[in-house]
Amino acid sequence: MSGSAAHQIDPAERPEIDSVVVRFAGDSGDGIQLTGSRFTETVAIAGNDLETFPDFPAEIRAPVGTTYGVSAFQINFGSRTIMTSGDAPDVLVALNPAALKTNVGDLKPGGLVIVDTGTFIDKNFEKAGYPANPLEDGSLSRFQVFPIDISKQTLEAVKDSGVSKRDGLRAKNFWTLGLIDWMYDRDLAPTIKWIEAKFTKEPEVGKANVSALKAGHAYGETAEMPAGVRGVTIRPAEHAPGLYRTITGADSLAYGLIAGAQLAGLDLFFASYPITPASAVLHTLAGLKGYNVATFQAEDEIAAAAAAIGASYAGALGITSSSGPGMALKTEAIGLAIGVELPLVVLDTQRAGPSTGMPTKTEQSDLYLAVYGRNADAPVVVLSARSPSDAFDTAIEAIRIATKFMTPVILLSDTYIASAAEPWLIPDFGTYRPFPVKFRTEPEGFHPFLRDKDTLARPWVKPGTPGMAHRVGGLEKNFNSGHISYDPINHQRMTDVRKAKIDGVAKDIPAQAVDQGDSKGKVAVVGWGSTYGPISRAVGNLRREGKAVSHIHLRHLWPLPRNLGELLKGFDQVIVPEMNTGQLITMLRNQYLVPAEGLNKVMGRPFTISEIEAAIRSKLG
Amino acid sequence: MNDTVMPRALTPESFESDQEIRWCPGCGDYAIVKGVRKALAEIGTQPDQVVFVSGIGCASRFPYYMATYGFHTIHGRAPAIASGVKLANPALDVWVVGGDGDMLSIGGNHTMHAIRRNIDLNILLFNNEIYGLTKGQYSPTSRVGTRSPSTPMGSIDYPVNALLYALGAGAHFIARTVDTLQKHVPEVLKRAHAHKGASFVEIIQNCIVYNDGAFDHFTAKDVASERQLLLEHGKPLRFGKKLDKGLRFDPKAMRLEVVQVGEGGVPESELVVHDETNLSLASMLAALEPPTFPIALGVIYCNPAESYDHAFTGQLEAARAKAPKADINALLRKGHTWNIGTPR
Repeated sequence: MSGSAAHQIDPAERPEIDSVVVRFAGDSGDGIQLTGSRFTETVAIAGNDLETFPDFPAEIRAPVGTTYGVSAFQINFGSRTIMTSGDAPDVLVALNPAALKTNVGDLKPGGLVIVDTGTFIDKNFEKAGYPANPLEDGSLSRFQVFPIDISKQTLEAVKDSGVSKRDGLRAKNFWTLGLIDWMYDRDLAPTIKWIEAKFTKEPEVGKANVSALKAGHAYGETAEMPAGVRGVTIRPAEHAPGLYRTITGADSLAYGLIAGAQLAGLDLFFASYPITPASAVLHTLAGLKGYNVATFQAEDEIAAAAAAIGASYAGALGITSSSGPGMALKTEAIGLAIGVELPLVVLDTQRAGPSTGMPTKTEQSDLYLAVYGRNADAPVVVLSARSPSDAFDTAIEAIRIATKFMTPVILLSDTYIASAAEPWLIPDFGTYRPFPVKFRTEPEGFHPFLRDKDTLARPWVKPGTPGMAHRVGGLEKNFNSGHISYDPINHQRMTDVRKAKIDGVAKDIPAQAVDQGDSKGKVAVVGWGSTYGPISRAVGNLRREGKAVSHIHLRHLWPLPRNLGELLKGFDQVIVPEMNTGQLITMLRNQYLVPAEGLNKVMGRPFTISEIEAAIRSKLG
Repeated sequence: MNDTVMPRALTPESFESDQEIRWCPGCGDYAIVKGVRKALAEIGTQPDQVVFVSGIGCASRFPYYMATYGFHTIHGRAPAIASGVKLANPALDVWVVGGDGDMLSIGGNHTMHAIRRNIDLNILLFNNEIYGLTKGQYSPTSRVGTRSPSTPMGSIDYPVNALLYALGAGAHFIARTVDTLQKHVPEVLKRAHAHKGASFVEIIQNCIVYNDGAFDHFTAKDVASERQLLLEHGKPLRFGKKLDKGLRFDPKAMRLEVVQVGEGGVPESELVVHDETNLSLASMLAALEPPTFPIALGVIYCNPAESYDHAFTGQLEAARAKAPKADINALLRKGHTWNIGTPR
């Protein structure tokens, strides 16, 4: 398990620990996400492994001081391999009473709470629903509490920078960051450089932020710390050699799409409608138009899917992106792409639902929608990314399959993957095998639904190609001519061939490997998507105890890998942890008649390692 | 490649596909398809540079009957799909075809935004004031009181005026014609094609089965010349068998009025002169309804502005000029990176 009891020991030197989980929490206007992302970079530069978990409200500026306006950012970092953003924080920084109230319950017993006492006033207790000052009523006795008037310290630090009191107080996130940087012995220089670059147009604000950062750091060095609170050392992690960067899932997907389109030799046309949390991919791609990327903000979700299909029809690679409610709206258009057999990549950054649900919270509950959720027999390929860095390769795989088989591919990500960051050993793009698309230009013997014998894919023709003018549409096509047909036998044949084409993708994807453990044994834990981290660590912990547990993690969700049935039958028990009420498990039971059991959680946040570990332990007896 | 494609001399037949037309005998769509083929032949774009995109409905079968590229899509979404086609491949000549239910009801949103963006699409709305393919329900352009299977006591909602809707969406080109006007249809379509940006053309079309005669009060031979105002830029607004009527602007009431011209009437100089670039006039002309007024036919408004596809391509070119290599390795290494050496 991550973390340690480092804050309770008291030698003169900075003691060494192997990992720690820190959570910053404050008002949504306090700049918590910014603090988190700056600290992430600092940690990455120091060579630690890390995973982050930004957790923010759907409201942009909820009323100040309320519990529903609390924004939090958790980071787990260490000198060892980090698989998750951490089960429970070792350290909580709470910038107001509401942040304390909503987060302190997650803190480890004995953990450290740093609070800004400047905000611990009656008005804020009332807003947070505290009957009295929680710092004085003994309710925090299980923790170590480090009260600092961060507000006052910040104002003191910025008083010479010429900013208003209001602007000065806004620098308190940097003061806090400075203190945490001191605690983990981190270099301030990268953050100072970042602030200076960011505030070139408001140099006095930049100066105030730098002053606050330095003051927080100096406070750690000079102020008298409560017993047991002190700086620690976390050595760099042992990473494979190479060049690293941090990457979020949203950026990784965007880069993967650009890379995939280049491998296919196509221009990328990305059409999307603003929706939380999928918009981040649109934002990244909109800034990268130099990479043969066109982005189109459509008038609605349907138009986004439709424009992407139009672009694919015209010979570009159409991509559309959304989250649950938007996916529901795109359904009919995806059916059209299936019917006319055009390549299309559909990104679904899943969020908690149904309906609007919890837009900023994570869930994996669109699997049924992706695999089954269309009118009529309308099979598509479904893939999922398991981590921010994995999203890059998964996006390339989606484009490879979409273009090779002339089919829509739905790529499932989720809120957690999209916003989490981790270090990434940057791949050498030169080692990726291109899969150039060949447009048909030969009129002889052509009709639009002529099929490749192996893939059953139809030819792709760019409009404008001389002598190849043809018509396609959503009406049923004659197998032999591509013309409209209502013939009953023909419809059976076309439905069968559309299914056979997608089933045939299974021959084109790797056999399912076992991520950890043996390919036979007592228990297999089967996961997909962002549960990768906690499952991997839980299985690893149990295997170190000598337990016969294996971890199988699926990227290809439809069609399923061809050996998966056999693989699952090699285990006495199959456990399927999912952030839904049991969707993959239904598919596995249905496909393979295996007695799989589910472990299900829909709380808008990822599984903890201990939850999965406990579930496996109970099966092992 | 040494294939040189010799431009063929184009005739309307060059645009005729091998598919048998399946509209009802006597449908106004037959006349429209003829008019479109004639216009395209005169425009002179090779058929394989042309794409027809349609939604769902009788009108939307249109692409199957054209020997061009064609995409018969889903209900209401043709303007959005056509937008993707045009933006991904701006060299193509893209036409959108749909009916009043398709483009003003289920797809009203896409019609509005394609027009608002001013994407270089030629949008043809076949308005027959009825749902034909679903067997005769009233449509968003049906007049109040229309009896249909879904409104046996008469419809109670007010219809939308297609051209005013387009103007409201910020159209830079609107025009209107009638299916049976064999010479007028191709002339209007050529103007629509020549306009760079979204061109919106309402084609009044008779549904012989479910709404036959809906437009007789201004299309029937005996009344046509009295009820049709054929617009020409720079010419006074005159109509009538002997061109003895005209439209004058009443400044106090801020509206057009029908006046007698010539002998016993007002001099021609008092009539409004058609100006295609005048938005106020366009709004008044688009709103004219028979029998009180003649229906306005021809190019009502043409006031070009930069098209979305032109600006879109411009941004892409500017961005590509800055990153001419599109180097993925460089992209992945942008921003902060750090090196971890081989472990000792």
